[in-house]
Amino acid sequence: MESSPVVSLFIPCLVDQVYPEMGIAMTQVLRALGYCVEYDSRQSCCGQPAFNAGHWSEAKTVARHCLQIFQGKEIIVSPSGSCTAMVRKFYQQLFSGEPVSIPAIYEFSEFLCMRGDTAKISGNFSGRVGFHYSCHSYRELRLKQEPFEILRKISGCELIELPGEPICCGFGGLFSIKFPAIAGAMAEARLNQFLEKNIDTIVSNDPGCIMQLRQEVKERRLTLAILHLTEFLSKAMKL
Amino acid sequence: MSEQTQFVRQATLKSEDKSHFEKINKAIRTYHQAVEKGQSDVFKDWQAARRVAAQIKEQALLQLPELLIQFEANIKKQGAQVLWAKDGHEALGYVWNIFKENQAELAIKAKTMVAEEIHLNQFLQGQGIELWETDLGELIVQLAGERPYHIVTPAMHKSLKEISELFQKKIGIPPTESAETLTQAARHFLRDKFIRSAIGITGANFLIADAGAIVMTENEGNGSLCMTLPKTHIVLAGIEKIIPKLTDLSLFLPLLAVSGTGQQLTSYNSIVWGPKQVHEVDGPEKMYVILIDNGRSKLYRSERFRESLRCIRCGACLNACPVYRTVGGHTYGTTYQGPIGALITPFLRGMREWFHLPYASSLCGACRDVCPVQIDIHHLLLEHRKMAVEGNFSGIIWKAIMKLWVILMMRRAVLNFLRPVIFFLTHYGTFLLPSDIKKHIPKLSPMSFEGEWRKKS
Repeated sequence: MESSPVVSLFIPCLVDQVYPEMGIAMTQVLRALGYCVEYDSRQSCCGQPAFNAGHWSEAKTVARHCLQIFQGKEIIVSPSGSCTAMVRKFYQQLFSGEPVSIPAIYEFSEFLCMRGDTAKISGNFSGRVGFHYSCHSYRELRLKQEPFEILRKISGCELIELPGEPICCGFGGLFSIKFPAIAGAMAEARLNQFLEKNIDTIVSNDPGCIMQLRQEVKERRLTLAILHLTEFLSKAMKL
Repeated sequence: MSEQTQFVRQATLKSEDKSHFEKINKAIRTYHQAVEKGQSDVFKDWQAARRVAAQIKEQALLQLPELLIQFEANIKKQGAQVLWAKDGHEALGYVWNIFKENQAELAIKAKTMVAEEIHLNQFLQGQGIELWETDLGELIVQLAGERPYHIVTPAMHKSLKEISELFQKKIGIPPTESAETLTQAARHFLRDKFIRSAIGITGANFLIADAGAIVMTENEGNGSLCMTLPKTHIVLAGIEKIIPKLTDLSLFLPLLAVSGTGQQLTSYNSIVWGPKQVHEVDGPEKMYVILIDNGRSKLYRSERFRESLRCIRCGACLNACPVYRTVGGHTYGTTYQGPIGALITPFLRGMREWFHLPYASSLCGACRDVCPVQIDIHHLLLEHRKMAVEGNFSGIIWKAIMKLWVILMMRRAVLNFLRPVIFFLTHYGTFLLPSDIKKHIPKLSPMSFEGEWRKKS
């Protein structure tokens, strides 16, 4: 028997500390799809919080730590478009001029589509489902079709696509702490787009966006589920 | 009150103002529908058009001094005078000399953002000059005693009803709900000002080096009147407006029209080579072009930020920006609002007072995707933040938080040791924070992923 391909998990700090269930769900789905999953517990963060805040020397320290841990790993998968974009795109800006070798890191939906694993996905979920793009996965990684390719494999639910260019939920890392009023209004505007379509489950591919949207849902006491794509799949695939 | 405090205060007010949001977003929805249609109607390949436009502008910036000198030499041959202003103060000095020479007391003005930038209206009014805005949106803003809300659509924030009430009060017309009647009233109001003015002031959308000409695009025809009826025509233009060749307009005119309003081409496009020539019967006798730097050469000298001078002031990034759509144009307190304003204002008006604008972005990147000259706006905002930290503008608290964060992120053992404390603080310690910030603080889960993994293996 051929041995299962090995995948290294990149668990963003927000998943590690706030939403471990997203990491667990990703592990379950990857295992169900036949991967051997490994995790290096020395990892912590890609450095994005400091990078976005302008504290580049701190960001570099943490980014170097991250690079060191993932050095030599063949395939790295992350449940966050934002952290993937940080490593793949923004490290070049952060380390401009310095030689760094960027590891092969993929966002979860991107990875499954690239490997052709979507054919192996099947499951059932009931509800009206919408998808919220994280801006970093949409505009930095240019992932547009990938999440939908996966969502379409799940039967029983109605998949609703919103018209027009996707708009930001207002998270933006420290932006939501520095400018909470603006961030809150942006989350409300984004949620309203889903509510207008009577969507009851919003799936997304970034823990940051999910945190932001869940806060808004809680504040407005809405009955709306916000799930990470990995959680959605693990539920639908009954893992 | 500092600019930052004012921004936060205004932004908070606007974020809670639902009727403001509805009004602005309705206008922007209409805009986006028009732009989508305009892009596909005019351009076979919109992305290719953006690439070429960015290249032409980039090339022009690389030869900026040479092209400006070429422009000056060429337009001088046709009888225009060119004046170089290093800042707003110098530009206003030139303008005032021209007013004094011509003993002008009344002037008309077309829409130009650089005039806003140098506070031309306040200056001239302070000198006792009667100056009228002739663009409908600008006139509305002038009558209301406000500043433009948007670089392309200055009165976007005013409803028909508000404009009607304003006109009743300021120009004495009966109540009406018809936009056409209001427009006619403005035309009527301005007509004799057009005829009596000794000086017309306009901006320029482009300065053409090889032709020695200025180009102005507009939808109302008021701009053409400003540059042809009065005996003297003053052009105010930022030095970044230069494009190398007359033929470049075949790309830039539709590009600007589509990005600005979704039109295939703006209604009136004027190319002006100079004042009235000997064989001509119409036109101004004198024409002055004031080339304004006012901080632009700082952007020019920065290799990283130079591309922000590609901007053709189409306003697309404002319309795409979810922050602009929430806080509106006046909140910024700047001449140029939205993403492009956040990008250039710290250079034009000082880092220390304006560094908060690059932070007031969720970095979603919608601005970069719509920019017709491909300015990498949101990535440059990150560079600004880096400079803000290096310049010690961003505050000592954040510095301390970041130092602590590095310690936690570098060693799992330290993180795990301190985790119970952080858990407690995020759950029970946030009562000290303002409620709107409190809700954005993530609450730690009882066990980390690392803990769960350890438990299972």
